[in-house]
Amino acid sequence: MTEHVAESHDHHDHHDDPEQIKKELFRYWAVFVALSLGTILTVWVRFGLQLPEHQAIIVALIIASVKGSLVAGFFMHLLSEKKLIYSVLVLTVIFFAVLMWLPVHDILDKFGYR
Amino acid sequence: MSADAHGHIEIPYTVEPRPDTGVYNGKLGVWLFLASEVMLFGALFSSLILIRTGAAEWPKGWIELHPIPATVNTFVLIASSVFVVMGWANLRLRKPQVARMWIALTLLCGFIFMGIKAYEYSLSFEHHHFPSTSNFFAIYFTMTGLHGLHVLGGMVVFTYFLTTGWKMYDHEPRRFTNRIEIVGLYWHFVDLVWIFLFPTLYLL
Repeated sequence: MTEHVAESHDHHDHHDDPEQIKKELFRYWAVFVALSLGTILTVWVRFGLQLPEHQAIIVALIIASVKGSLVAGFFMHLLSEKKLIYSVLVLTVIFFAVLMWLPVHDILDKFGYR
Repeated sequence: MSADAHGHIEIPYTVEPRPDTGVYNGKLGVWLFLASEVMLFGALFSSLILIRTGAAEWPKGWIELHPIPATVNTFVLIASSVFVVMGWANLRLRKPQVARMWIALTLLCGFIFMGIKAYEYSLSFEHHHFPSTSNFFAIYFTMTGLHGLHVLGGMVVFTYFLTTGWKMYDHEPRRFTNRIEIVGLYWHFVDLVWIFLFPTLYLL
């Protein structure tokens, strides 16, 4: 019933091309595998490699950033989003960078790097 | 906004993109909301950096906390993220029953995540670790607690869409599909926050 009603309300939308969507499905599973491997890698770097703390922090944040980019790029479809959304995000990134810069500035002061 | 003969108010651009923005209103709305969320969690991450670097000694997350349940929870959230996009994609393929199954699986992942989180908290409490114990536990409970509340919020929305909210699909399938896209964006953001919380708190 629901399927039938949905058909009757069908609209023409290039965004809903079934072939295109099927390709997307494959991509989503590929991202899922990549995210899972990234998680395994993160845990292995901590317990397997046992790097010095500062190196472990850098490696963990790099892996987290790659995983975050995959989620944002593919699952949140930021790879093919409209200009306005990018503008909102650029503004967000600037404010976020300021927020992160404040403690870093303080740390640099504390350890006499400035 | 216009009203029809029955007084029903029609909200514009819930399906079609608004000409000047290029996106439907709900999508722009959720991205603005997520931008504010970035600042909320960003402030907490900023505080964590300050507190951690200011401390003479900082406890090891993998010793004080419970990285095994946290790792399982990471996989659960990643799985839930792919499930929700599968739900959205199947709605676009006009396969509502398949979509409903994926969304139900997403909700199930939410329950599993919260269950594991409750178990993890209970382990911490057993060891007499509370937010008042130290700065480390204060920031741990604040960040994971706030994140947990976000998961709970997403679960409430998914429950609504799987029950009474699903009726919209019968008469406005595209609008409903957009609604799932919006809650999906929120859910992915919650996943994204966890991707950074997990190594920062549990592994470093």
